[in-house]
This record gives sequence, C-alpha cells and structure tokens, in this order.
Amino acid sequence: MSDLSYNAVMGRRNEIMKKAVKIDYSKFQTSKIAFDYDKMMRETGYSLQEVQEIQRSVGVGNTPLIELKNLTNLARKLAPKGKGARIFIKDESCNPSGSFKDRRAAISVYHAKKLGYKGVVAATSGNYGAAVASQAAMRNLNCIIVQECYDSRKVGQPEILEKQRKCECYGAEVVQLTVGPELFYTFLRILEETGYFNASLYSPYGIAGVETLGYEVAIQCREQIGCDPDVVVVTHAGGGNVTGTARGLIKAGALNTKIVGASVDLTGLHMASDKDFNRKSFTTGHTGFGIPFATWPDRSDVPRSAARPLRYLDKYVTIKQGEVFYITEALAQLEGLERGPAGNTSLTAAFYLAQQMDEDKVIVVQETEYTGAGKHHMAQLSFAKENGIDVRFGNPEEERAGVNIILPEHPSLIRAREVELGKLKKSYIKNCIENYKAETVDMTDVEFLAEDTKQDKQEVINILTELGVKIFD
Amino acid sequence: MEFVKKGTYVQIHQIVLQSDERAANLPEDTKKVPLEMWVKGYLNHDAKLGEEVEITTLTSRVVRGKLVEVNPSYKHDFGKFVPELLKIGHDLRLILKDGE
Repeated sequence: MSDLSYNAVMGRRNEIMKKAVKIDYSKFQTSKIAFDYDKMMRETGYSLQEVQEIQRSVGVGNTPLIELKNLTNLARKLAPKGKGARIFIKDESCNPSGSFKDRRAAISVYHAKKLGYKGVVAATSGNYGAAVASQAAMRNLNCIIVQECYDSRKVGQPEILEKQRKCECYGAEVVQLTVGPELFYTFLRILEETGYFNASLYSPYGIAGVETLGYEVAIQCREQIGCDPDVVVVTHAGGGNVTGTARGLIKAGALNTKIVGASVDLTGLHMASDKDFNRKSFTTGHTGFGIPFATWPDRSDVPRSAARPLRYLDKYVTIKQGEVFYITEALAQLEGLERGPAGNTSLTAAFYLAQQMDEDKVIVVQETEYTGAGKHHMAQLSFAKENGIDVRFGNPEEERAGVNIILPEHPSLIRAREVELGKLKKSYIKNCIENYKAETVDMTDVEFLAEDTKQDKQEVINILTELGVKIFD
Repeated sequence: MEFVKKGTYVQIHQIVLQSDERAANLPEDTKKVPLEMWVKGYLNHDAKLGEEVEITTLTSRVVRGKLVEVNPSYKHDFGKFVPELLKIGHDLRLILKDGE
C-alpha cells in the first residue's frame, strides 16, 4: 500500500494528475516560462461546434438574454443626462443545475465518459460541484465532490451547505472538510483511490465549455438589438469565466467588445483562516480568488491552467458585499428575477458602469445563478449578523470585509472601483520569474508573456529589465 | 447510547490531519486546529453513536470514522427575516416613480 502521509501524497501530485486528466502538459512547453496556449486549447479541447452539440445534448446553454429595463431606468435617473447604457442579463440560472458552470461540467464529464472513466471528482464548494454532479447523473458516472465547508466549530457556510444538498440530490458523494488548503491533499487521495477523472475547472475542457456563453451573448445581441455588446461584465474568481467568455466573443467576431472582470472586495480576510471563513458572505467571485488567480493562474489543480484572465481582461473592478446584496434585492423587486447573490457580482458592477456609458450603448451581464435556502441574500445577511457582522445602511465606502456589511443608503452610492491591471500584470510576470526560477529568459518567453498579459513586447521587456532579468535572443 | 443497525445511512467524522501534521504557511488560527472531514454512507456493521465505525459510501468507497449522525438531515434555511431588504424595494420604486 502506498504512503498516505501528507508529504508523500503531495509528492505524487504530478503522477496522480497525469492519470486523472490524461493531458501531457510537457508537450506544450516551448521555453522556461512559455507554453503554446493556443495549441493546448486546440489539441486537447473541443471545437466550438462540438461543444455546442455536447451541451445541446444535455440541455445546457441557449439561455435567455433579458433586457433589465427598470434597472436601466434607475441607472439613467442617477446618471448625467444622456448617460445610462442598456443593461442586459444572460439568465444562466436556466441551465440544468442552475448556473453557467453546467457549460464547463458538460464538457469535462463528456470527456471523462469518452475516455472510459468510471467516475469524476471535483474539488469545489461552489456551483461547479452541483454542475458536475448533475452532468455525471446524466452520463451515468459516479461523482465525488470535495468541499471546504465548515470552520473548526463545525459551523457551515449556508451557501456551501446548500451546495452539498444539491450535489447529493443528484446522487453524488460529498466529502466535507474544515478550512484549509490541504483540501488538495484529500482530493489527491480520492483521485488516487478511485482512479476517477479530475473534472478540473482549469483544464481546456473546463474553459472550452464557457466559450459558448460568450458566443451566444454576441449572437443574441445581434439578433435582439442588431449590434454587438459594447461591454460584457464577467464575475471573476478563478479566471475561467473571463477566459471562456472572452474567447467565445472573439470566436463570434465581436472583436470590439470590452471585457470587464468584477469581484467582490474581501480585502483583509485570509482565505485559509479558520476564523475569517464564516466572516465572509461570498464563497466565490471575490478578490480572495480573483487576484491570486490573475497573478498566478498556474496555482490551480493542473500544471498549466487554461484559464488565463490577464490575456483577455480590458478592465477589472471590485464591488462591496453590501452593494451586491442590494442589487440582488433590486433585481428581484424591480425585474421579477430572484437569483443568487454571488451571480450578481457582475450585475452590480454593470449597474455602475452603465452610468458612465452613453444611453445608446449596450452592457451585458453574462450570468445569473439559482437561489434557494442557504444561497440567498436573506440567508447570507442573517448568517452574517449571527457571526457578529454589523449589517446596516450607509455609505459602502465604509464597508470592511469581516467587520461590517453596508447596504447603500441610496443606489447612487454603488460604485465599481477599478483595480490597476498594470500592477497585476507586473505581479504575474514576477511570479513567473520566481516560480520557474528563470534568471534569464528568451524571446519566446517574452512573446508568451506579452500575449499572456495583453500588452506589447516592449512593455514586458521593461518589466523584466526592472526585475533584473536578462533576456537572450 | 443510541444503537444503529448495519445498513443505516449515516455520517461519520474523521481527523484527516492533526494540527502538527498540517501544511506550512497556514494562518495561526488554522494551524492550531486539525483538518477534519465528514462523509456519509451506509454503516457496515451494527454500532453505537460516537463509536469508530466503517461505512460504504455511494461510490462504494470504504471509509472509517466516528459515527456522528443517523439519517443526516439538511438544516440550512433562509435565516431570520432581514427587514432592511424590504426597504430596498420600497425606496427604489419611489425613485423610479418620482423621477428623482
């Protein structure tokens, strides 16, 4: 029997992953840092048409695009004259398990079945678990979901408890853990024990599945309003939502559409802290994932993540927890759409951004998610109060994650605060140098870094020079 | 002590890593506590609540741990009523009507 100690299992990480994903990542490596991203997506993924067919066969995708007329009117009342873009929302809660994550799970699970795996495993506390469980049920595969769920008092985050219930209702086995990054150790042990497929969010399949979302947004805008969207706002966490959506828009030829990422600001809370765990009201779509995954995407559960947000982001903004809860309530009360709060992160940003844009412009929010017991703004606010968080009306600028939640006194106080992308790009390049121990790089690396950070080669060279890295031809 | 029959659907608890076996670079509060796990499955033998038992999970994995719950139920809900939320809709309707 193999050694199951923490260090031994972590030491077998690459070997376990190779068996559980069946992608030889080494063949895409082109230099110290560089790898051929497009080749990886092309050779290991599926074409857009194949993805569409797979998703159609399991009832995923083709969700409605709805104009939010009352929220648009509200934004116009707050904006300077002539401002206030039309706000549209892609109602992804209409997917089988209630979120856009079905798109990703559909491809991963299809692929697992095709390769002959008996089951799938995913490490997730979010909607992706429900999506994998639902898809596994449709394809008659076993499914295990590994969740970070409780603090050391066994108090569970209501949203995650609901996700456990949902996974179990699809017949999945749910393994629940207390807080800590060693979730990955348990995940590896289960992969090794079962020989199941790792339905990673970060494999080329996980990303290809989201491309149809961006593609549909472009096509539906053309059909419904006769133009491409000017801006698409995407909730950003691990980077897959941004990456897939942007790639889909590009595949539809919507080359002038700007991609804005939005995350809930959880600055000050430590993601691996037992005490902080239940002092936050968002379990994903927040800066605790958004920033680390932008500045080091290859921290994921596969060697080279297919989710590379800095390649596609034109702008990145943060919003506050109280602002999202406020807009979630507004969406229900003004538009008759009761949806989950986490999915409304991008809507909150869009509500502010629309006020900066001309009235004839179009801004699209590309997701919603299901809601219910636990994953509802009332459940989350009630839970926050029980955990000593001060919930009150006021100016969201005064909100401090883990201390209070400020519901805006007036909708004009809602803002999207821009994160300097230049800083994140620089930080990403620095992380590449450190993690690959690259004291020198070549032009292949420079070209890769330029593409991977959506800037020109000279800007990359300037950053590398500043970091004291030598560049060889 | 409650007796539980073989074949009953139960939840078990296990310490995965003691605090001194945990990963480096954890925040202090997390470092102090063990990594714990809960799994559900069918009990492989008669047992009492609180005993070390063996279960077979839905994917036929055999897992050992302390028996903590029989027919484990879901307890999450919509929480206590939050009156602030109701006020949001009221305020927004007024703004839309008055053309503020």
